Amino acid sequence: MRRLILALILLLPTMVLAYSGIELQKANNDISDKASLQVGAKLFVNYCMGCHSAKYVRFQRIGKDLGLNDEEVQENLMFTAEKIGETMTIAMNGDDANKWFGVIPPDLSVIARARGTDWLYSYLLSFYLDPSRPMGVNNLVFKDVGMPHVLWEQQGWQKPVYETITDEDGHSHEVIKSLALVDEADQEKAEQYKKDMRHLVNFLDYIGEPAKLERHSLGWKVLLFLFIFLMFALALKKEYWRDIH
Amino acid sequence: MDKILTASLEWVDTRFPLTKMWNEHLAQYYAPKNFNMWYYFGSLALVLLVLQIFTGIFLAVNYKPDATMAFASVEHIMRDIDYGWLIRYMHSTGASFFFIVIYLHMFRALLYGSYKKPRELLWIIGMFIYACLMAESFLGYLLPWGQMSFWGAQVIISLFGAIPYVGEDLAVWIRGDYVIGDATLNRFFVYHVVLVPILLLALAAVHIIALHEVGSNNPDGIEIKKNKDPKTGIPLDGIPFHPYYTVKDIVGVTVFLILFCTVIFYAPEMGGYFLEHNNFFPADPMKTPEHIEPSWYFTPFYAILRAVPDKFLGVIAMGASIVVLFFLPWLDRSPVKSIRYKGWIFKMALGLFIVSFFGLAYLGMQPSTPIKTNFAQIFTIMYFAFFLLMPWYSKIDKTKPVPERVTD
Repeated sequence: MRRLILALILLLPTMVLAYSGIELQKANNDISDKASLQVGAKLFVNYCMGCHSAKYVRFQRIGKDLGLNDEEVQENLMFTAEKIGETMTIAMNGDDANKWFGVIPPDLSVIARARGTDWLYSYLLSFYLDPSRPMGVNNLVFKDVGMPHVLWEQQGWQKPVYETITDEDGHSHEVIKSLALVDEADQEKAEQYKKDMRHLVNFLDYIGEPAKLERHSLGWKVLLFLFIFLMFALALKKEYWRDIH
Repeated sequence: MDKILTASLEWVDTRFPLTKMWNEHLAQYYAPKNFNMWYYFGSLALVLLVLQIFTGIFLAVNYKPDATMAFASVEHIMRDIDYGWLIRYMHSTGASFFFIVIYLHMFRALLYGSYKKPRELLWIIGMFIYACLMAESFLGYLLPWGQMSFWGAQVIISLFGAIPYVGEDLAVWIRGDYVIGDATLNRFFVYHVVLVPILLLALAAVHIIALHEVGSNNPDGIEIKKNKDPKTGIPLDGIPFHPYYTVKDIVGVTVFLILFCTVIFYAPEMGGYFLEHNNFFPADPMKTPEHIEPSWYFTPFYAILRAVPDKFLGVIAMGASIVVLFFLPWLDRSPVKSIRYKGWIFKMALGLFIVSFFGLAYLGMQPSTPIKTNFAQIFTIMYFAFFLLMPWYSKIDKTKPVPERVTD
């Protein structure tokens, strides 16, 4: 038994190590915040949909869930699509995209479910200047990403801040400690950018699973029914089992 | 009204043994009166089987087993079909809960020696059900056509390739192609919705028939048929399954549904264990994920596979870890059934077995490193030692006297 405990203690560091790496920033988004989702939707159609589709998402559904009527959706969110029942597809050809970016920009319908909201939020905040890359930028959470920093005007450029660390073998090398704005004057802009990205991630979270809004509100009703039913089931059981023993 | 009903029943009974079956399996099936909470899992497994079949039918109506459309059709169910998301989550959560329930059901048998004479065949039928369930979930996991669906199936099917001489041909035969593709998806869909469910239903029926022939075991491991009322022939410690256990199982099912619905409505992904994050990337044969792991319910066996350095021997070890369970009735040579009357050696062995099972389950989810592989090897040895040394330690273990009648 003592050996077993020792073994488990030895195993602990491996469990911790599995979670190291770059620490993600918390998105802390709230999909029940309709105003935030509306801002996010607008950002999405204006900046993301040039290259990224969300081909499982229908405009009409967005309108319904975000509290917008068909005209509002058509005016604010639909630029190329004709009918309100259409999905969020794009015109860009996959072969062209491959030529330009070296990769086809992924469909973003369920990206929040695949990557997680914290990852998306951190990704959007972590572009930095890197002259060695074809697009001139790199990303802390997605190394050598093919995507350019589309929103650089909103955030301002960031540059890496290095620190020198010495590893176990005695070799020292430079690693990126954090990112800093190239131009200090962009501070205010960058703060607003953070807020916007929270709205955008919120929207991505929502389109990842529109049913989430519904299941949270239906869930407690179902559970309430089951708890009441349980009272009756227990009473029935007690009544029948009175004659046993 | 009563007259019409009685007459109708008589009409049926002369043509089909309806009343006879009702009595044999419910109203006059005498179950021990001392069942504890471990005895809920049998009826819960049945509830889950029915639930999976019904939700599965609804899903199959809208699902498309086509490599170019499968992923989209699942999203179609999640978004455009009324309550499609609910049906899908019931099915995906149901799959994981089925394994939780079955593992607890099997553990119950381990605790109270329910596999021992005269229930050896009952246990073996149950093991076949478990094997079918593993096949069913493996086949179903390919259908959403996400990255984990694709690469999980790729890894598992390639294991057949490790078999000498016929392996590669066998793997091609299973896939229907040289790689996982449309042909594989199509046939897996058919096996998942037709072939294996038929086997599961038939085996479940056979399991219940066998159970009702020998009678249920109980936490004391006492044969209640040994003490019958001399006049009526009814076991003294037995009570009719209906209404006593039907009303009790309603309570069990309700508690189960509360847990089940909490997951469905508030945590259907269960932190990536019930629905894996990577499976929300569509299957891409050109992009191998960094870390491929099977569903959580397979991870103990996957860890055993990886613990063995040689691939073919690993496959053998993984297969053996399941096969050894079939022989359990003959490995346990203790004179008593229930853990209540077994000695400290068995209790300790069972404790170590639990540690090894959970240890393997954890390691099977992790990327392998040398130290983790060492631990997996230790746990693998512990896992097999529990079974292979059982004939010896269960015999020398000092047992307590078993009472004549059931306690509490």
